[in-house]
Order: sequence, then structure tokens, then C-alpha cells
Amino acid sequence: MKEYIKMIVVLSVISAVCGFGLAGIRSLTKERIEEQKLLYVEGPVVKKILAGSTNDLIKDRKEIVINKTKHIVFIGKKNGKPWALAYEAEGTGFGGEMSVMIGVDLINDTLTGIGVTSNKETPGVGSRATEDTFTNEFKNKDLNAVFKIKPDGGVIDAVTGATIASRGVCGAVQKGVSMFKEIKKQAVKQ
Amino acid sequence: MATLTQEFTKGLWKEIPPFRLVLGICAALAVTKSMLDGFGMGVALIFVLVCSNVIISMLRNVIPKKVRLACYIVVIATFVVIVELITQAYVYSLYEALGIFIPLIVVNCIILGRAEAFASKKPVLRSLLDGLGIGVGYMLALVVLGGFREVLGRGTLLAGSQYVVHLFGPAFKPFAFMVEAPGAFICLGLMLGIMNILGD
Repeated sequence: MKEYIKMIVVLSVISAVCGFGLAGIRSLTKERIEEQKLLYVEGPVVKKILAGSTNDLIKDRKEIVINKTKHIVFIGKKNGKPWALAYEAEGTGFGGEMSVMIGVDLINDTLTGIGVTSNKETPGVGSRATEDTFTNEFKNKDLNAVFKIKPDGGVIDAVTGATIASRGVCGAVQKGVSMFKEIKKQAVKQ
Repeated sequence: MATLTQEFTKGLWKEIPPFRLVLGICAALAVTKSMLDGFGMGVALIFVLVCSNVIISMLRNVIPKKVRLACYIVVIATFVVIVELITQAYVYSLYEALGIFIPLIVVNCIILGRAEAFASKKPVLRSLLDGLGIGVGYMLALVVLGGFREVLGRGTLLAGSQYVVHLFGPAFKPFAFMVEAPGAFICLGLMLGIMNILGD
């Protein structure tokens, strides 16, 4: 009996100490990790789809709350005036959740471009729907266009062998476009 | 009984993990696409191995035999998560290059092996030197493997840092398969062969 109590106590104490230690380190590094993610994951995509902006895109970002979910909006400015917004929307591909950054031109109401920031697609198969050759199709498309693949009645050519991933990207773009009005209202007025 | 220096140096040659003990091969094959990635993985493993060896050696008289493996794994996993958070926060490019292999250090058999075979029986200082020696040996092995594959597979050394060296002229066509999975097996096989010829 005594042995059992010792086993339980030792293992619990070790786990508790480790757990608290990790929680501490996590809260110490949390801010820095978020910064790094902005810099290395979202940063390059945002810079690509808002090319031509003259401001610091990472610095000029805003947090917006729509239906209690937080969205980070990057604001592209030319000569101090906002001309385009970029923000993330989620879709579902073959492997699971994917995040797509979409850029919207405020003046012409068109897409400036999109880029996939995270995905779980099969490398070499579904992942081809996350590459530039596919995502470039969305460039300069009007916001009212039907962002679906052609067999579903839309305007986008799906990647052969990556239909579901292509659908996932389209779904994310559609979702993003539907949020645009609300995001624009909050991002530009402030 | 071995001297303290021997505890350290045995990991560098006599018991160098991937080549002599043939342990920790999974990660060694996967991350040695370039010298720098191998080095980064090595440093991460040294940190985890030294810390877990020291803690486990300190607790060796407290931990009951029946739950020892659970205790070891909790300690090891803690240090692995620390490494993961720190690389993510300060060297993001390395975090991306190593990917899933940082969390997988938890089940790296070198670490649990040293905990069970060495740290759980020996005093703290010896465990520390043992961990350091084996860890440095592992890192050296990864750097050699990574360097060899990088030179043949890309024609560069230290790619990914600002000191990248292009060894051959632009006419050089790299053996691309060397940075893929088959190249890893071929290199490791050659290394094992060479180590066997050289002997102790």
C-alpha cells in the first residue's frame, strides 16, 4: 500500500512541476512566437499579395472582432492612403483545415491576390492547389465572381488530381469575400 | 570504473550514437538535408539529453521502479517542449526546417536509453558528462552526414546561413537524390561501413 502511495505521489509531483514550468515558459515566449509567425508565415504572403504598398504592412495591422472571432487585418497603403486589405479565412481541404490569406483592392473591389498560409494537403498532390500557378488564378477577379471550381459552376480552373484541395481554397476565398464588407467598415473607419 | 573524462569521450567515438549504437536513426536520416539542419537538431538533442540526464540522476533514489519510465518520459517531454518553444521564438527558420522532428525527440531512443541505462544508476556529474558526450557525438554525426549530403546534393556548404559557400562552379549539376530519402540511407550505410573498417 505504501509503495502505491509513493508511486502516485512521485509521479504527480513530477508532472505538476513540469506542467507549471512549461506554462511559465509558454507565457514568456508567447508574444515572441506570435511575432515570429507574423514575420515568417504571414509576412511574406501579405507582402506578395499587397505588392506596391509603400507602408510597413506588418506594423500597420489591426485586430477586428466580428461575431466574437478575432481577425487580423493588414492594411496596404499607397502615399498614406489605404488601397487594399489582406486578411485570413479558413477552408477545408482534403487533409483538413487550411488558411488562406486574401487581398482585396478597396478601389476596384477586386482581389489583389491570395496565398495559402497553412495547409495539411498531401505533398506533391493536394499541395499543388496551394502553389502560385493555382492561386494566381484569383488575381484581379471581381469580388462578385463565383469563387468555385468550374465543375461546381464557378470561374476557377481546379488543379487536376487536387480537386478537393482546390475546392477548399475556393471555399476559403468565398468565406473571406463574404466577410469583406464588415471588415472594410471596421478597418478603414478607425 | 571509468574516469570522468572517459564518460565524456566514449560518446565521441566508441559509442557515437548513429554510427556505433545505431540509435536515433529516424531523425538522423530525416533532418540531415543540410549541415546546418543537422547541427540545429544536434544542439536541440544535446540540451534535452543533458537536462534529462541530470534531472533523472538527481531523482534516481526517489523515483519508484514501477513508474520509472512514466517519470522519465514526463521529464524528457518537458525539456523537448521547452526546446520547441524556444526555437519557435528565437530561431524560427530552424523550427520550420526541423518541423515534426523536434517533438519526436521525446521518443528518440538515445535519450530514454541513456536515462534507463546510465542516469538512473549513476551520480549527477557522471550523468551530465555522459549526456554531453553522447549528445556531442550525435551532433558531430549529424553534421558529418548533413555536410556530406549537402555538398553532393546541392554543391554548397552551410546553406541557409549568411556564410553559404558554393563549392563548385555554375556548371555543377547536383546529385539531387542525395538530399532526398535514398541519399540519406546510402550515406548512413557508407558511414557505418567506414566506421566498422576503422574499428575502435
